[in-house]
Amino acid sequence: MTDERQVLDEIGLDDIAPGVTEAANYSIRGAIWTYAIGFGLAVLLTVASFATVKTPLIWGPGIAVMLSVLAVAQMGVHLVFFLHMTSDPDNTNNALALAFGVLIVLLVVFGSLWIMGYLGGRLMPAGEMPQHMMQMQR
Amino acid sequence: MSHVDAFTPTFRHGSDPYHLGHGTGEARHSARGHGEGGPASKRVIVGYGFWIFLLSDIVMFSAFFAAHAVLQTATAGGPTGRELFDPTSIALETACLLVSSFTCGMSAVATGARSRLWTQVFLFVTGLLGAAFLALEAHDFAGMIAAGAGPQRSAFLSSFFALVGCHGLHVTAGLLWLGTMMAQVYVKGFRPNILRRLLCFNLFWHVLDIIWIALFTMVYLIGEGR
Repeated sequence: MTDERQVLDEIGLDDIAPGVTEAANYSIRGAIWTYAIGFGLAVLLTVASFATVKTPLIWGPGIAVMLSVLAVAQMGVHLVFFLHMTSDPDNTNNALALAFGVLIVLLVVFGSLWIMGYLGGRLMPAGEMPQHMMQMQR
Repeated sequence: MSHVDAFTPTFRHGSDPYHLGHGTGEARHSARGHGEGGPASKRVIVGYGFWIFLLSDIVMFSAFFAAHAVLQTATAGGPTGRELFDPTSIALETACLLVSSFTCGMSAVATGARSRLWTQVFLFVTGLLGAAFLALEAHDFAGMIAAGAGPQRSAFLSSFFALVGCHGLHVTAGLLWLGTMMAQVYVKGFRPNILRRLLCFNLFWHVLDIIWIALFTMVYLIGEGR
């Protein structure tokens, strides 16, 4: 891939103007491999996620952590192999936008959980609260 | 979204000798934004713009995720996730979307090889898998609503139907777009603007799968454990 890109850079073939579509300067075999590797990893991680719920091997409270780690790993796999997120200079803007998006997502999700958990805890001592009210509070 | 991919238009060398309105290629050796080498190619800019849209869509989803995370135990005495969700059905839905993401990638490879036939074949398979996913999801929803576990039953179920339903609507929109792209490839072929639309469709479809990863992990797998 890298070699091809250098060649393309040198002759300026991918410099753009509307017009002729010729045979692509594009490695089909390499591209298929990228998707195949990504797909293989994604399947492994998905199966691991579903197996985590079933297996008695993992300590109960650890399951959610394990699932989160597997999910984040799989999102990474999808970003790299399917969305072709790279450290290429052309991708700097995309990567920065992604980083900002992730920041907002984390703020929204964990901020909500934090604040609502805090309010739920302050409203009434948990022991004195009737069962149906506790469910409504949360 | 790398610089040379399936969606990079291909041109005869010298078809734009004066680089009118386009980068000279210098800029790809350094970070964009310095003006050095001129603006990035239209394909890069379109990809970036659509990526911004997708990220805003992900931020919107994060609000639904936050609502569901907060309300996950607010079942109001109604059914919980453990009682409602069918792991087999969720595994099947996950498989459909994951394989469709792969076939979507294969359609991109076919586009890179400028093969109209294989692009159409893989887009069609992607569409079938997406439709199968939607059918399974609709079947699940119908079963839950028939069992009295509709969105009005509890805050937990309201947030569940809002989040999963929103993803389902995105898949539906993706299917309509996919059909449109198949028609455009058939009628217009691989013109640069069609290639850019295919790029955007590919990004959209892969992001739907990424959202589904978060969804099946948080809603179904972690939710089931509660």
